[in-house]
Amino acid sequence: MIRVNDLSICYRMPRDRATSVKEYALRRLRGPVRYEEFWALRDVSFTARRGEVLGVVGPNGAGKSTLLRTVAGILRPTSGTVALEGTVAPMLELGSGFDYELTGRENIYLNGAFLGYSKAFLDEKYDRIVDFSGLGQFIGAPLRSYSSGMVMRLAFSVAAAVRPDVLIVDEILSVGDGEFQARSAERMRELMRGGAAVLFVSHSLDQVAELCDRALWLEGGRVRELGDARSVCGAYRAGGGS
Amino acid sequence: MSAGTHDASARSAGYGFLLRQLVARDFKTRYKRSVLGVFWSLLNPLMTMGIQYVVFSALFSGQVADYPLYLLSGIVCFNFFTEAAGAALTSVTGNAALITRVHVPVEVYPVSRVLSAAVNLLFSLLPLLTAALLTAGLPGPSVLLLPLGLAFLALTALGVGLGLATMMVYFRDTQFLWGAVSMLWMYLTPVFYPVSILPEGLRRLLMLNPLYHVITFVRTLLLDGRVPGPGTWLGCAASAGLSMLLGGAVFTRHRDEFVMYL
Repeated sequence: MIRVNDLSICYRMPRDRATSVKEYALRRLRGPVRYEEFWALRDVSFTARRGEVLGVVGPNGAGKSTLLRTVAGILRPTSGTVALEGTVAPMLELGSGFDYELTGRENIYLNGAFLGYSKAFLDEKYDRIVDFSGLGQFIGAPLRSYSSGMVMRLAFSVAAAVRPDVLIVDEILSVGDGEFQARSAERMRELMRGGAAVLFVSHSLDQVAELCDRALWLEGGRVRELGDARSVCGAYRAGGGS
Repeated sequence: MSAGTHDASARSAGYGFLLRQLVARDFKTRYKRSVLGVFWSLLNPLMTMGIQYVVFSALFSGQVADYPLYLLSGIVCFNFFTEAAGAALTSVTGNAALITRVHVPVEVYPVSRVLSAAVNLLFSLLPLLTAALLTAGLPGPSVLLLPLGLAFLALTALGVGLGLATMMVYFRDTQFLWGAVSMLWMYLTPVFYPVSILPEGLRRLLMLNPLYHVITFVRTLLLDGRVPGPGTWLGCAASAGLSMLLGGAVFTRHRDEFVMYL
């Protein structure tokens, strides 16, 4: 369950920001620091129940990434609330926290720890993660010897090891070779249909119309439309959306 | 319910596992491509001691009993302090990519850096304890208080590190400033000179130096083999407490903002 209530996010940046202690001291002597405000999200509300897939569409800069990051807990709401129930799996920026000096095996544990998995959970899922990644004996080699496709395969395999209650997806990835792409897309669909509350951002209106029950159209940080996925996608397409 | 509700449900495991992973990572990568590996942690204080001993022993040997041990204990403590605080300083800016992508409490990064430094400290204790055994003989039961002294030291370093890490987010020259400050701090701390060479006025000023109390605590245990006096206890507790209180307050006040400045 994802419940977002009157969520607003304001980036408050000092005008001509001082980046050194010296500059800051000089600025302060001249007068108070002024701030510039930018509202990335304004009064956004929605709920996604268990088993429901909510798509988010909108042009670049509409606030989609900010919304995902806030729901994932990385950004803190300026006002309003975000409430989640259960295990959260953020499928954003896969592989954050990988260390390229460490082996694939060590990285499964490191990355897993970042995602909030316990050691017992990782021990239990370890074989399945390695199997899914298809890395075979390379799992004992340091990541710096991997190709970028191999790194992404490992990242996806770790992230997809959970059965989450809340799933946050930023585009369905197409990583690795053709065979792995098909498998990862299949696994993603499985997760999305697996009874979690899903928040799904995509630029592909076809995917949103196909996979989502409802859709949220963001524009300039505000909700432009919220409702049935097909009709929102249709309106977005008609309304000059890209 | 608020934005904080992620935590309770999804993270029943807590952050202990992540901290362990991060410390293990630091340890593994630090020594991965070095020939001497973990021996650097042993050699480093010994080499510094060797140099300073050659330079200063003629000056101070007469005034301090067991001057090599006096020197080594000071160096090990002070090195740990600058290493830990310096590592914590870059812990937030250095992990910008992670902080803007993964939801874990930001304090995990400075805390893991200080813990990693503490692991290295454990290795440098080896030559220190060996030196203590050779010069002062078998230690009395008071040596059991050593972990407590090191805990005071680690907390002082963590508090300072939290403050520095926060400052670093806003001002990237903090790093260079800290380089100069830590150098000055070393000269203001009796690491290689005895307190007795200081004039009365300066000696009173030394009371304000947190590291003076902590190093005195450790030296009393190792060199005199007795339990430190109440003044030293008070000094240590105040150093660790105030440092954590101030550094922690600055850090918690600003941590939600970090993401926007990274």
